[in-house]
Amino acid sequence: MSMISLKVNGRQHTLELDPETPLLFVLNDELGLRAPKFGCGMAQCGACTVIVRRQAMRSCVMPVSAVREDEVVTLEGLGSAEKPHPIQEAFMAEGAAQCGFCLSGVILTAKAALDEKPQASDEEIREALGGVLCRCFAHLRMLRAIRKYADSRKA
Amino acid sequence: MRVSRRHFLKSSGALVVSFSATSLTSVGAMAQGPFDTHPSHIDPTKLDSWLAIGADGTVTAYTGKCDLGQGMFTVQTQLVAEELCVPIERVKLVECDTSVAPDQGTTSGSQSTPTNFNSGNLAQAAATAREALINLAARKWGEQAEQLVAVDGVITGKSGRRIAYGELIGKKSFNIPLSTTAKRRSPQQWVVLGKPVPSLDRIALMTGQFEFVHNVRVPGMLHGRVVRPPEVGATVTSVMESSVKQIPGFVKVVVLKDFVGVVAEKQMQAAQAARQLKVEWNPGPGLPAQASYYDNLREQPSQSTLIVDSKDVAQQIIKAKTSVGATYRYPYQLHGSVGASCAVADVKGDRATVWSATQSVYPTRNVVAKLLGIPQDNVRVIYVRGSGCYGLNGADAVSFDAALLSHAVGRPVRVQLSRQDEMAWENFGAACVVEQRAGTDEKGGIVAWHCESWITSRGGRPGYDQPGNVITGVLAGYAPELPNPEAAKEPTGKLRNRNNVVPSYVAGCVGGLCGGGGNIRSERVISHTVASPFFTGPLRSPARIQNTFAHECFMDEISAQAKADPVAFRLQYLSDGRIADVVKAAAKAGKWESRPSPKPDIPRTGIVSGRGIACVAYEGDNGYAALVAEVEVDLGTGRIHPRRFTVAVDCGPISNPDGLRNQTEGGILQGTSRALLEVVTWDDKRITSTDWETYNSLYLGFDLPMVEVTFIDRQDVPATGAGETAITVVPAAIGNAIFDATGCRLREVPFTAERMMAALRARG
Repeated sequence: MSMISLKVNGRQHTLELDPETPLLFVLNDELGLRAPKFGCGMAQCGACTVIVRRQAMRSCVMPVSAVREDEVVTLEGLGSAEKPHPIQEAFMAEGAAQCGFCLSGVILTAKAALDEKPQASDEEIREALGGVLCRCFAHLRMLRAIRKYADSRKA
Repeated sequence: MRVSRRHFLKSSGALVVSFSATSLTSVGAMAQGPFDTHPSHIDPTKLDSWLAIGADGTVTAYTGKCDLGQGMFTVQTQLVAEELCVPIERVKLVECDTSVAPDQGTTSGSQSTPTNFNSGNLAQAAATAREALINLAARKWGEQAEQLVAVDGVITGKSGRRIAYGELIGKKSFNIPLSTTAKRRSPQQWVVLGKPVPSLDRIALMTGQFEFVHNVRVPGMLHGRVVRPPEVGATVTSVMESSVKQIPGFVKVVVLKDFVGVVAEKQMQAAQAARQLKVEWNPGPGLPAQASYYDNLREQPSQSTLIVDSKDVAQQIIKAKTSVGATYRYPYQLHGSVGASCAVADVKGDRATVWSATQSVYPTRNVVAKLLGIPQDNVRVIYVRGSGCYGLNGADAVSFDAALLSHAVGRPVRVQLSRQDEMAWENFGAACVVEQRAGTDEKGGIVAWHCESWITSRGGRPGYDQPGNVITGVLAGYAPELPNPEAAKEPTGKLRNRNNVVPSYVAGCVGGLCGGGGNIRSERVISHTVASPFFTGPLRSPARIQNTFAHECFMDEISAQAKADPVAFRLQYLSDGRIADVVKAAAKAGKWESRPSPKPDIPRTGIVSGRGIACVAYEGDNGYAALVAEVEVDLGTGRIHPRRFTVAVDCGPISNPDGLRNQTEGGILQGTSRALLEVVTWDDKRITSTDWETYNSLYLGFDLPMVEVTFIDRQDVPATGAGETAITVVPAAIGNAIFDATGCRLREVPFTAERMMAALRARG
């Protein structure tokens, strides 16, 4: 066990933890965050995605100690019900979900890709989402929402 | 904390749930019977079991059909608002909690809409309440009820007097039975129902606030994991608790016959203990070779059912000018929920609460009681949404796991299955073989149709008393339900084509009553259920997708032999106008090019394209869909690429067109993934498709086809299910399009590039 300092969604936390604990378990169990989900535990599906160092990361395989001083942003950190982020608004407008379990992976992966390359083509967006699974197959609406968000950023 | 609604209803007024307390962000066998319930402790014949109105006019409604991601929360809220004439914001729907909601069996089989939107249950409850409120106001004012109108929760009299529902009844019970005569609002009158109301959960979902069962945390909760056998049928010899005792936070190893689980303070510790626990297992009996499995399963003793038999089929086929035959194979496939299943149980003494993503809260209540040996009334099961399930995924098994582990430690336990636990041990969609033969006349017309199918089965939904139908129950010592080998008996009663075993084109005559969708009167359909080495269970469109693949591809084969256009050829044999209408609508919207398949002058290199059609009357009469698929096939690689789908759906009056569209689009893409990629694999001992590298699924990066959706909005018929109609026709439509493009008939799902290349090589 060691003392770990962790910044999540703008708040600083100090936690006594095994430094090998996957970041996902810390976010869910210690900090009570709901958005990052356990999907596979093997970085194969994206349900546990968070943003660290502007990158979409799979928190199920990332030891909490690897975060260091960087801020972790989860889907709830992106925007709130009262003040959603524009990409969240685009997903709401398109009704881009069914069960919604996969949304951390879909929204945060797309956001990180578009932050890195705002002019990304549809093909580049698809490529970025190449490792994200949605088993309800709400793909059409999700990609429409992402396109809408990307276009609104350009405008 | 524990609310006994029965007592509440007896002792006081209506049970009104305050909005803040249960907002969306806080907790509060193959056969899928339409409304398979046991007598409930909440009497569904009484209005107060379904509805309560608060003094402020808020409506609390209770349903036994839950939102699995298919939109039932929103659309049932619309239904209550519509029938009760209140704004949708004023309705609070409470789903699937055995303490407060009536027993509506299982949320499955495209039965939620037929059950709650037609002539009984939730819809009728809301209509009864509206009528009762109007009668109350009429009595109060001495006016005629017929002259009163209810709008936005306020009743206005002839004299212009007004009174709000809350003032009339607020917090008091209705104390009346559900009326069978309470007038329902017609689709022409609808103001909330029938509209594309956006999903009520969307804000909570998109901002990560929505509470899934994976997010449930209760005070004092521990974390559990299970240790499943290393191979199918392996049994426990010994378990060495000492192998994990030193892990910090370790609480207990739980062994109950072959059920093995570990409990620890933290999730990582539980996962580590599950990995490290030393268990000696007796090996299982071994598995049949996958390569010859389809032949093997046909040799098994079977429980056989003769569905229709005109007694002249063999003779007609011999007599016919020509005959055509083909065998279709459909593999075991996974629900493969994106989230491995999870549940929380709190068992203390002889009382238990389970937070579960089960589709069946009451059956789960009874099975948990049975597993723990405690009274059913002492168990409360609260539904909390899990990862989309599409049928019987690991949700029931993990609920039993959590109950067993919590029972053993006397504290609340949350169990998270690993990806391997989920994928190796869920109840797979069944493998199936269908052998088809038809006799045809000199013009290629069909004179007789013979269909014989074999489908695999082991376990299934646990129902109210069969723990052994899923893995946890078997490990704990209960047997799974298996087919009972017996010879087929003569069919009796009118045909109900619930599993779509019968092709749409035959007359389906039994004892003079014809329940089929078509006009072919020389017909014989027999199906055999054989024991599966793996658990099976309903997977979106159970048996229906397998059978429809075989029927609709075979219809295409006969049509090709007749050198007829596949749409026109189908229409010749359809007597059910609703199937014919979806076929025509899909063909029209898809700008169907009328000609026989395959396409003339197919190039021998490069990328070729083709179109195919398939249709279904889901379960015989529970929704209709026809799909035109346009695909490209790369002749160099064998890769199949769907480019455009045009689907027509008829599910009667449409409750929420946006929800229906979402279900339809998702169904088509899920069907595409299953048609092109998905197959469960195994070796001589165990399942080998246990993660997303060994079981393929279409990712978000897939180059998406266009999907065009057309609805036939029929308002003069009962509402049917709609969640499973579109997916049912996808493998057949794609298979037929591949044939059109290449002249190659793929008769085994999935249509992998390897399989496509082998067919192209065989074609030469």
